[in-house]
Amino acid sequence: MSKARELAELGAVYDSGALSNRNLLINGAMQVNQRGTQTVNASATTGYGPDRFRLNAGGGIDNFVGTIAQDSDVPSGSGFSNSLKITTTTAENAISAGEYIYLHQTIEAQNLQQLAYGTSSAKKVTLSFWVKSTITGTFAVGLYKPDSTSQIHNKTYTINSASTWEYKTITYEANTLSGGAIANDNGAGIEVAWHLAVGSTYKGTDTSSGWANYAAATWGTGQGTDAVITTTNATFQITGVQLELGTEATPFEHRSFGQELALCQRYYQDNDASTMGIGSAYAANAWNYKRVIQFGIMRATPSVAYDNGTAGTWQSGSSDYGVGPKTSAFSHLYSKSSGAILDIYIGTGGIQFRLDAEL
Amino acid sequence: MVISAAKHVVLGNGDRHIQATIDGEELAVPLDPENRHYAEIMRQVEAGELTIQEAD
Repeated sequence: MSKARELAELGAVYDSGALSNRNLLINGAMQVNQRGTQTVNASATTGYGPDRFRLNAGGGIDNFVGTIAQDSDVPSGSGFSNSLKITTTTAENAISAGEYIYLHQTIEAQNLQQLAYGTSSAKKVTLSFWVKSTITGTFAVGLYKPDSTSQIHNKTYTINSASTWEYKTITYEANTLSGGAIANDNGAGIEVAWHLAVGSTYKGTDTSSGWANYAAATWGTGQGTDAVITTTNATFQITGVQLELGTEATPFEHRSFGQELALCQRYYQDNDASTMGIGSAYAANAWNYKRVIQFGIMRATPSVAYDNGTAGTWQSGSSDYGVGPKTSAFSHLYSKSSGAILDIYIGTGGIQFRLDAEL
Repeated sequence: MVISAAKHVVLGNGDRHIQATIDGEELAVPLDPENRHYAEIMRQVEAGELTIQEAD
């Protein structure tokens, strides 16, 4: 890209009001990967790879088994170190009418107020990303807005060459529709959805020319192939994902790892408190609570899980114990002692807390 | 989201949550409509697809 072209694009971005913090998406370079690789199948229909990107399977997907993971394969010379990779380890035999699988990131509503959706001043946005797949063909990628009146705007892109990184840019029309407003809150604002398989129930009504009220038949219209999901060992990768105001795709805005991690931790935290010891002398048959390590205020009260370390243990005197959500600011370990007065002890093997306040 | 078990938990201080197995992971889910797991639990309950067990 020439310097003159870059300056022209920056000028367009300035008109849209964003010279920094342009990317409305989080972790677009797939740097942060707190969960590791996850598997999606009939008994676990959602899974995360790199933070904030979720693979959703629905409508009765039954044969499919796939993984979503961080990968080191990236477009050469792009400046990225990681990509998100979906691998179909067991293919879905066929996509029936009600079945669908898509990758998405949902953006928090209060971070989208500058789009002025639902008004005559609404802004266009441009999505850009690198994509690589063993499957070629036409894929749908859309914006879905659940707030107020549910509305949608789908576009398509084409993967021309198998197993080759390709750069795509797509501009979406401004949403001036009645009911287009995005509430100024911590709920779901816009879901950016990369479709991988779409059953016939979810295709048929075209929204490629602009926003429309949502109906099932609008969901994945434009999807030309389901082969990523119906082909064993098929892969689909993306990185350098950016959604920004305006009609130009500017160069990817690289943020530091620390910045991206902090942004991700508003939605999910995997906090390893290894070698942590907790002991408490307390009255018998009493409840005791201890604060779980948490970084910052999360989007909402998180769901909480924990894993004991290999050498970690709950004190045998405790008859009732676990981890419980409290507020968006903290959760706690709890126990009820029974007879013994020492209630909780986590050994040197440690404990790992997982806090989930994703959209 | 596959929810294979759900049970109310009441702690000594009156705090409540739902202990649920969701997509194979055991989670303590807050009674917060803004929490995606709680929202899905309640959707499935209202659809008659899930019953939450009472607390012990």
